[in-house]
Amino acid sequence: MMNQLDDLYQEVIFDHNKSPRNFGPLENADHEAKGFNPLCGDKINVYIEMDGEIIKDIHFDGSGCAISKASASIMTTLLLGKNKTEARELFEKFRTLITVEHDYDEATLGKLVVFAGVREFPTRVKCATLAWHTMQSAINNDGETVTTEKNE
Amino acid sequence: MEKSTVIESDRRESKTGNMLDVESIRKDFPALNQDVYGKPLVYLDNAATAQKPQVVINAITEFYSTINSNVHRGIHYLSQQATEAYESARVTSQKFINASESSEIIFVKGTTEAINLVASTFGIENIGKGDEILVSNMEHHSNIVPWQLLCEKTGAKLKVIPINDSGELEMDELKSLLTDKTKLVSIIHVSNSLGTINPMKEIVTLAHEKNIPVLVDGAQAVQHITVDVQDMDCDFYTFSGHKVYGPTGVGVLYAKKMHLEKMPPYQGGGEMISTVSFEKTEYNTIPHKFEAGTPNIAGVIGLAKALNYVNKLGLSAISAYESQLLTYASAEVEKIPELRIIGRADRKASVLSFVLENIHPHDVGTVLDREGIAVRSGHHCTQPVMDRYQIPATSRASFAFYNTEEEIDRLVKSIKRVVKLFG
Ligand SMILES: Cc1ncc(COP(=O)(O)O)c(C=O)c1O
Repeated sequence: MMNQLDDLYQEVIFDHNKSPRNFGPLENADHEAKGFNPLCGDKINVYIEMDGEIIKDIHFDGSGCAISKASASIMTTLLLGKNKTEARELFEKFRTLITVEHDYDEATLGKLVVFAGVREFPTRVKCATLAWHTMQSAINNDGETVTTEKNE
Repeated sequence: MEKSTVIESDRRESKTGNMLDVESIRKDFPALNQDVYGKPLVYLDNAATAQKPQVVINAITEFYSTINSNVHRGIHYLSQQATEAYESARVTSQKFINASESSEIIFVKGTTEAINLVASTFGIENIGKGDEILVSNMEHHSNIVPWQLLCEKTGAKLKVIPINDSGELEMDELKSLLTDKTKLVSIIHVSNSLGTINPMKEIVTLAHEKNIPVLVDGAQAVQHITVDVQDMDCDFYTFSGHKVYGPTGVGVLYAKKMHLEKMPPYQGGGEMISTVSFEKTEYNTIPHKFEAGTPNIAGVIGLAKALNYVNKLGLSAISAYESQLLTYASAEVEKIPELRIIGRADRKASVLSFVLENIHPHDVGTVLDREGIAVRSGHHCTQPVMDRYQIPATSRASFAFYNTEEEIDRLVKSIKRVVKLFG
């Protein structure tokens, strides 16, 4: 059983949890959204500076568990320079990875494969997707706080 | 008091001189005897819901296998038997909290429904625009939201008694918040997230000096300490069956007769009426006036079994043993430098909330879970408490009389693992 725990908490996740990348507000942000997981109290803000369709810069901050923080951190590193459609597609692939898929495509998922272990922990799926939902809402300019209780 | 003689004579003393024979008690709870993830279950989420002794499980099966029928309706044999069992459960519940009359016991779904019932009957009648309802910073959401809904409807205001760093009510603030505008005080007896046991008798005395009625949320109290509503003199008292080793979906609202007789009905339907015509409906007498529709008969019977089970062990023995567990657990976890206990009141029930430096409670919960240890990680439906301590959540181990020091050792060992893993 401890193997599944090791699969969940990979070194990369510990690393991003301890030193999250792109952490803190973004001065030139023109898109912003808040995410909230009422079950565990995780709160996250995603800040994006768009250049047309392209994500020119993306930051996040807030408080959360290791999974949600690492997921947010890795997300920001992957989405830099991507366009809206690519961002949405990557989110879809990520969601499939952590909920259903057993054979995943490492090439498109890149660093996200470290989250494959989440699949064995259904209660943690929402932690992993919170940042992504929030990012989606920021891009769409929904202006509403994302809560995991509506989105999954 | 008659109650205490029962407690003394039936108490199960262990051979080793412990207050309770925990080893034999554990055998009464089938759910305790299982492995999760290949490890023996350590169930420390008792504040969320307690496990059920076999006698309670059997009582429910037996009801449906034998005297199953509706209550207060038929003149046939089964219905008489069911009615008798149901009404005798009311007497058991009455005695459990030492209410003066069984008609002061209303069966509801649980604490949440009990508070909503009071808000939408007593509240609507007695609380109006500009009036104030006084709660505390440590309330469960179920003792906040019903009052907020009432305030929205009536224009009343919700006032909040602050708590200190240890998680105790600021009694001086409480006194100054009791004003001519205050129409109800509604306070948690034992905090589900901090463990604090509030001085209810003192609070009731203070409120009554100004003729303000008091509701006490006893959801986390009745399973840990002896409750005597006459001695406390509260106007309303509520608890949930499932937290006191009974079934889910059943609970008790106690209210003083003088209130019940004046309160308008809660829901309309069968059972709560005496005569109905299209011109005029006469309501039934209390408690039936507040129990519209077919009640949770099996649940009520199961609840009485659970209360009898608790009575047999004796709440004084339970309190003593659980406080020994809490003292042991607190001392052991304190040795972990990264750990901080949230809730350090002088008087506490066996609830141990904690946070680990730089480790989120959700991660703690996941690791402990895989070790077979069930704790709760989250805000425990007390978000204002989390805000008060500026934390997103806590991990909470809550102990029952069937827990052991060995289980606490496993908890502590696993917390140390978490620290090592994330440190
Ligand atoms: C202090 C307190 N009040 C009220 C409740 C609500 O009880 P129930 O969900 O059984 O209605 C709980 C349960 O979590 C509680 O701990």
